[in-house]
Amino acid sequence: MSVLDELARPAGDDDVVGGVPARLVAAPADTAEAAALVAAARELTVVVRGAGTKIDWGVPPRSLDLIIDTRRLTGVVEHAAGDLITIVRAGTPLSEISLGAQVLALDGPARATVGGTVAANTTGPRRLHYGSVRDLLIGITVVRPDGKVAKSGGRVVKNVAGYDLGKLYTGSYGTLGLITECVFRLHPRPRAAAYVRAQAPAADAARVREARVAPAAIELDSATGELAVLLEGTPEGVRERAAALAKLLGGEVAEEPPAWWGADPWPAGGIGMKLSVPLSQVPALVAGGDPVRGSAGTGVLYAAAEGITQVERLRGLCTRLGGHAVVLTAPAAFRDILDMWGPVPGLALMRRVKDQFDPAHRFAPGRFVGGI
Amino acid sequence: MLGPARVITDRQELRTYECDGLAHYKVVPALVVLPQDTAQVAAVVRACAEAGVPFVARGSGTGLSGGALPHADGVLIVTAQMRRLVEVDPADERAVAEPGVINLQVTRAATPHGYYYAPDPSSQQICSIGGNVAENSGGAHCLKYGFTTNHVTGLEVVTPDGEVTRLGGRALDPPGYDLLGAFVGSEGTLGVATEVTVKLTRLPESVRTLLAGFHGTDQAGAATSAIIGAGVVPAAIEMMDALAIEAAEAAVACGYPAGAGAVLIVELDGPAAEVAAQFGEVTRLCEANGAFEIRIAADDAERALFWRGRKSAFAAVGRISPDYIVQDGVIPRTALPEVLRRIEELAAGHGVRVANVFHAGDGNLHPLVLFDDAIEGAAERAEAASGAIIDICIEYGGSITGEHGVGSDKARFMPRMFTDDDLDTMQLLRCAFDPDGLANPGKVFPTPRLCGERPGRHRGALEYQGAEVF
Repeated sequence: MSVLDELARPAGDDDVVGGVPARLVAAPADTAEAAALVAAARELTVVVRGAGTKIDWGVPPRSLDLIIDTRRLTGVVEHAAGDLITIVRAGTPLSEISLGAQVLALDGPARATVGGTVAANTTGPRRLHYGSVRDLLIGITVVRPDGKVAKSGGRVVKNVAGYDLGKLYTGSYGTLGLITECVFRLHPRPRAAAYVRAQAPAADAARVREARVAPAAIELDSATGELAVLLEGTPEGVRERAAALAKLLGGEVAEEPPAWWGADPWPAGGIGMKLSVPLSQVPALVAGGDPVRGSAGTGVLYAAAEGITQVERLRGLCTRLGGHAVVLTAPAAFRDILDMWGPVPGLALMRRVKDQFDPAHRFAPGRFVGGI
Repeated sequence: MLGPARVITDRQELRTYECDGLAHYKVVPALVVLPQDTAQVAAVVRACAEAGVPFVARGSGTGLSGGALPHADGVLIVTAQMRRLVEVDPADERAVAEPGVINLQVTRAATPHGYYYAPDPSSQQICSIGGNVAENSGGAHCLKYGFTTNHVTGLEVVTPDGEVTRLGGRALDPPGYDLLGAFVGSEGTLGVATEVTVKLTRLPESVRTLLAGFHGTDQAGAATSAIIGAGVVPAAIEMMDALAIEAAEAAVACGYPAGAGAVLIVELDGPAAEVAAQFGEVTRLCEANGAFEIRIAADDAERALFWRGRKSAFAAVGRISPDYIVQDGVIPRTALPEVLRRIEELAAGHGVRVANVFHAGDGNLHPLVLFDDAIEGAAERAEAASGAIIDICIEYGGSITGEHGVGSDKARFMPRMFTDDDLDTMQLLRCAFDPDGLANPGKVFPTPRLCGERPGRHRGALEYQGAEVF
């Protein structure tokens, strides 16, 4: 009996990716078993699934034989507190990573897995201070589409030996193979935190930056007209900075973030977009009139769209402002007619990368940019 | 394409380019070109691709791993004349620079606007931004602020087929694979960066620096661990041992605490209130771990003096030893005391002296192996000791290089850190960019991967067999 027969079960009603039903589902228990599974599945098309929080993101796969479920690839392998790193298996939910006096500064739905967060490159408010997945991921273990296990990086933060494949796999939507283990750099858990909330124009984000208060996040929600700033640090330092900033913005200091903080602006099953513009253009993006929400400190924001006209309007605006816009998720009726990814500079090179890593285009075929 | 003034063929002039900062590898290139813009770089690379000739890019030539070592049958593309700082845009918090722009020049141009460019290699007065991109350069302050890769948001690159491609830009998270992230640190093996867009970082409200003298490295290491353990993230924590201090005193008279067996430089930056609170804590932790003298920089001049000893340390070793090897390895910070003892034993065993200068906060060691080339067999002993230090780094789960790169010097160590499959997978990326292996061949990887049949094309994958090793 092959590994495939041993591990795979027939797919159920819920084993669907972007409306495409799978034939089989398998949940390997460790990297070695995953490698054997992938090697045995070389005739099959594959989509990797974590907790499924973003399973409807991206374009539906052209073909789907096997879902590789990472729910058994779980657990914190190591937390080396003195070295400020942790090694985590890909299927581990973010909510189950408990690091005491340290934090892994990834933002995502609590149920989301580490692997899904890396593969979809989700980011949230704190990226201003802590960086995003690409900045926190210092080592990665993957199973290539041909079943070979490969790692890059390591368990030390400072390391320039070899290519940084972690960056290549970050945001690759499962098109280059299965991520089984990740090493992340950690940060000390801040002793104190406060939010400064104000009704303020987007342009005030620039004043926050000028104030040199070292914000951990600067978020805006254009629907409510609110600007909110997260400050972290020592209790006395946070108190002093929060007071100064509240005065500057004509706002108030709060212990809790506003309800919209870090929340997707689109309803479940709606059209969700990720927008990115140069920092100076955030006010112009807001002035476009479509409600946007997100990081005024980094220029990465999110929006809900009602339909194609709004998608095109937002994408056109972002492009004119020197940025770009992608549709993260859309209901089935829109997926076939929407250009989810928009124009992609460097696409020819990306196709060559895909051809090298997955020559038969078996992993998540069609889900990524340019039909990759 | 370039005109005769930008092409060097004279043997004597070519010799000027025979090595980078790692001077014991020397190869005279077949040809040197000094392009002035992207179009000229693309034309040269396209000509190389058509003729199957290898090419190597070089910035200021300060690299310490032989990454810019020329190819004897290849073209050396020197980007030093592409040194226009295209734009400094505080509103976008970005600067755009041609590859030959000097690292420190970006900070100098940004400072009047209240910004700076965070990555600060010790060579920042002469090293180029293009070289920083190739090597993913770090610096003393990357403990808090990260490396080049965390600060580059856009690149214009000439790929090895001579095409010009833009990766990223001013806005973050462009759609598609993060080829920008893959390119930074690829040591010139994926193409030539011809324009670089970097993040500018807001100047901190407050910077405070202390210099602490300890009786030995164990205490200084314990103080480092205590600082990190207390949840403080300093901008930098640097350590020097007795021999390194001796060298620095001889070279720049930095006036470090007399009799110190180790010194720590700890720098904190950020909002004044935070820095004040944490600085007190750092001072207490240094004292609690045996610091016998602590000096606090009263002004920028004194701060510069603290740093002068540290930043001059590599060159300073020349004052106490005729020859030396600069090593660059990384260990988990918690293994510091153990590894330093191992290095001490190893030095004694090999009959060499080792001065230790390092970024203690992130476990990045720079052991300087001292020797006298006039003594028969000394160079070999030093080389063996230096290699053995790298083995120790690997044994403790670290890395063979933290910031100097693999280059020519360390390709042979790669199989000790990575499996064949790991290296093969990295080279899949190489094959996507450079199927003929013409971009900086022989660097990074000990064995080139063949990327499928390309009849009649020179693979350029030969190692630098022509290299004379001095």
